[in-house]
Amino acid sequence: MTYLAKPKLHHPSLPVNALGFTHRDYEGSISTLCAGCGHDSISAAIIRACWELSIEPHRVAKLSGIGCSAKTPDYFLGQSHGFNTVHGRMPSVLTGANLANRELLYLGVSGDGDSASIGLSQFANAMRRGVRVAYIVENNGVYGLTKGQFSATADQGSKSKKGIVNTDSPVDLVALALQLGATYVGRSFSGNKEQLVPLIKGAISHGGAAFIDVISPCVSFNNHPGSTKSYDYVREHNEAVSRIDFISSHEEIRIDMAPGAMMNVRQHDGSLLRLRSLHSSYNPGDRYAAMAYMQRHQEMGEILTGLLYVDPLATDLHTALNTVQQPLNTLGAAELCPGAEALEQINAGLR
Amino acid sequence: MKTITATNDFVVKFANINGSGSASANELFAKAILRMGVPVSPRNIFPSNIQGLPTWFEMRVTEEGWLGRRGGVDMMVAMNPQTWDADIKEIEPGGYLFYDSTRSMPASKFRDDIRVIGMPLTEICNAHYQDPRQRQLFKNIIYVGALSILLGIDPEEVEKLFTEQYKGKERLLSANVQALRLGCDYAREHLSEPIGLKVKRSDRVGDRIFVDGNSAAGLGALYGGATVCAWYPITPSTSVVEAFQSYSRKYRVDPATGTNRVAIVQAEDELASIGMVVGAGWNGSRAFTATSGPGVSLMTEFIGLAYFAEIPITIINVQRGGPSTGMPTRTQQSDLIACAYASHGDTKHVLLFPEDPRECFDFSAQALDLAERLQTPVFVMTDLDIGMNYRLCKPFAWDDAKQYDRGKVMSAADLEAGKDFGRYKDVDGDGIPWRTLPGTHPTRGSYFTRGTSRDPYAKYSEKGVDYVYNMERLLQKFEYAKTIVPAPILHAAKKKARYGALYYGSTSPAMDEAIVTLAQGGLPVDAMRVRAFPFADSVNDFIAAHERVFVVEQNRDGQLRSMLVNEFGIDPARLEPVLHYNGTPITARFITGAIKQHIEKTA
Repeated sequence: MTYLAKPKLHHPSLPVNALGFTHRDYEGSISTLCAGCGHDSISAAIIRACWELSIEPHRVAKLSGIGCSAKTPDYFLGQSHGFNTVHGRMPSVLTGANLANRELLYLGVSGDGDSASIGLSQFANAMRRGVRVAYIVENNGVYGLTKGQFSATADQGSKSKKGIVNTDSPVDLVALALQLGATYVGRSFSGNKEQLVPLIKGAISHGGAAFIDVISPCVSFNNHPGSTKSYDYVREHNEAVSRIDFISSHEEIRIDMAPGAMMNVRQHDGSLLRLRSLHSSYNPGDRYAAMAYMQRHQEMGEILTGLLYVDPLATDLHTALNTVQQPLNTLGAAELCPGAEALEQINAGLR
Repeated sequence: MKTITATNDFVVKFANINGSGSASANELFAKAILRMGVPVSPRNIFPSNIQGLPTWFEMRVTEEGWLGRRGGVDMMVAMNPQTWDADIKEIEPGGYLFYDSTRSMPASKFRDDIRVIGMPLTEICNAHYQDPRQRQLFKNIIYVGALSILLGIDPEEVEKLFTEQYKGKERLLSANVQALRLGCDYAREHLSEPIGLKVKRSDRVGDRIFVDGNSAAGLGALYGGATVCAWYPITPSTSVVEAFQSYSRKYRVDPATGTNRVAIVQAEDELASIGMVVGAGWNGSRAFTATSGPGVSLMTEFIGLAYFAEIPITIINVQRGGPSTGMPTRTQQSDLIACAYASHGDTKHVLLFPEDPRECFDFSAQALDLAERLQTPVFVMTDLDIGMNYRLCKPFAWDDAKQYDRGKVMSAADLEAGKDFGRYKDVDGDGIPWRTLPGTHPTRGSYFTRGTSRDPYAKYSEKGVDYVYNMERLLQKFEYAKTIVPAPILHAAKKKARYGALYYGSTSPAMDEAIVTLAQGGLPVDAMRVRAFPFADSVNDFIAAHERVFVVEQNRDGQLRSMLVNEFGIDPARLEPVLHYNGTPITARFITGAIKQHIEKTA
């Protein structure tokens, strides 16, 4: 992780958002990842998405596990509290943090080793519970920090840099998220900012468990011929189901595109996702159809990207637990402690 | 044959079958005696099983108020053919056997040095009830009725208990009263020959309450202001969270909206339950989990993170027999070292040792304060013996003037005023840094929490000097903890004593009795009950002041003793282990025997 601070000075003409912040106000420290790492593009997309949404940076809590992906929260939203937890356990820590204060926005950043290997159970259970989170997996199919072992998302038959062929079936986190009840599921490519930024904005605005699997090539250990997570391979094989425009609730909705196969998805917070379909039969409101469609394309060697499924009015774990609106971490003894008199009654019942 | 005669001082043991409804009948029996003003100390000895395996309920009736297990059985209520032979063997010579005589048994199945009382329980049940479940459940109530008459317990007291228990459920009430009377009537008519064991009204119970430690711990967490509880079911800790849930339903619902002022999540495993507690603690909620040894093993990585990243968490560890799956339904004090030094690297954690349900309540509430004050994991080290048995103890108490100690948390106003914020910087000598909660201030106070080394301002650093500063500060914090954890309690002998004894937790009632017995036998021993780790310096002084100190524990390896040697650098020869670890609670007889034997050997 870095110990270099970024210079604070910036050009006076940089555009500002509704809060008067430039996108520089959403940056963090300088990245120490390898030059060309897909993860840095994802950090840039997160910065862009938060700036465009005019989110107050300090109202975001960013959590990660261990690995290259886990370092990235240091590289964006420098005014946010971050928590680099332990390997594979970000989802549980984020769940607890979310329970303590429902008013913050929770950004979970993970990797394929972190979420598909060591942390598969925690990933699955956070999705099941409907924890309100924008959960982004930076998926490169490889262990970078330990120099190039396959991860659980590596495709069967793909080759490592050293020429070893992976014989295990891959874990598909998108398929799992769909099956487990995530209410916002997308897949993207770190090299496709146009798609990734609105996808992240939609996830942050979502009312339940939002998951985005972002293929993010590892330039050092998984960007060679024979890899299915290289820049070249993903560019050649990715297939978007739709183009996404994100329109926040306070933006004026203008229709300036050709109508046709267009779908407006309005989420609980009033924001709008406008999906221009590239696959005429695709319906992102149908979980089971999405699973089948994605897997058929996978068999054809295509990586289906875009917003694959969304339940725009999804609720979260707090709804299920019926917790008070006021953040639990702000309640004091007056609200929490029944007091001495109630205790006397309890004592009386135990004699 | 000479039979045992005793008033308000005997042991009755019920041998039952798990899942037959005997537990509630036996508890009823215990409570009826309490209502007569006579202290009792019951213990459930149960299997890791839902239905069918043997289970026992051993109850000591004790005018003197000795709440430890005595050992030996004066009356056996043998309701389980599977364990018959062993149960009969356990009765003291001159003791009593009460059994279901519906089916005749060969004389070889009995002993001639005990008094046998047969009652055709099954026959009576079958004559009065058609439903098989009712036959089974009421059989228990019928024997409670018969035993009441035999032992001189006022059946009115049992009926009063029914009235309280089945308030508003008239049918259940009358059915239970009827079954009780069936038993009483039979005993009056057919079992009129008096026996030597008697319960006589007394006034030794006072205002004490009768409650299990797990319920008390759950209630303590509620009073202490826990708002997030994440857990994974594990014997014998499950009922801590069940109690917390049940009290929360009553006391944590916002009357205006009907919403809950608490979040309770059953996690997928202990890795996740402790992760949630860490996340909630980081974000400023008082959070706890309840678990047992195997759960602590799984949580260890997170405990290290919480220690190093300085996050308040509370873990209630209801200890059971280890290692591995060990004896899940038996008691031990064998997780001390696993908890005190949990995690890789150099770590030390705060442990609290409650002796009874009252302290389970107090310490669970206090642990939440200590965790936030010290920004570190705090363990409440209870065990199955305290946790899952009803125990007579002082009533719960709470001071309404008490505020929760949230520790050093910088507010938005502090940050706005420009107060220097170094997340890992000691500013006043106690080793405890200030922290900020996420979302506090738009431009100040944010930092990146991590399990890696960092400088006092939370910047990543691999410099030796930064690392050492941090590790030393954590030690300093632990040293400060000594001054705020529950202090040890000294029970000085009336005469000058050469010997001392250290003990903790559930050993307490047996120890209290042992000390009195030893003194009566001319062997005064000073005793000190350790209530927390880090150990107070007075524990060291106590050891220094005695020629030899017995360390009484319920584990194989003398874990507290090892910690004393380690922390104080004491010559191990000065500390004599007294260890009881077969899974049953330690007894006064065992302690006195072991201490006497050692002294005689070395005299």
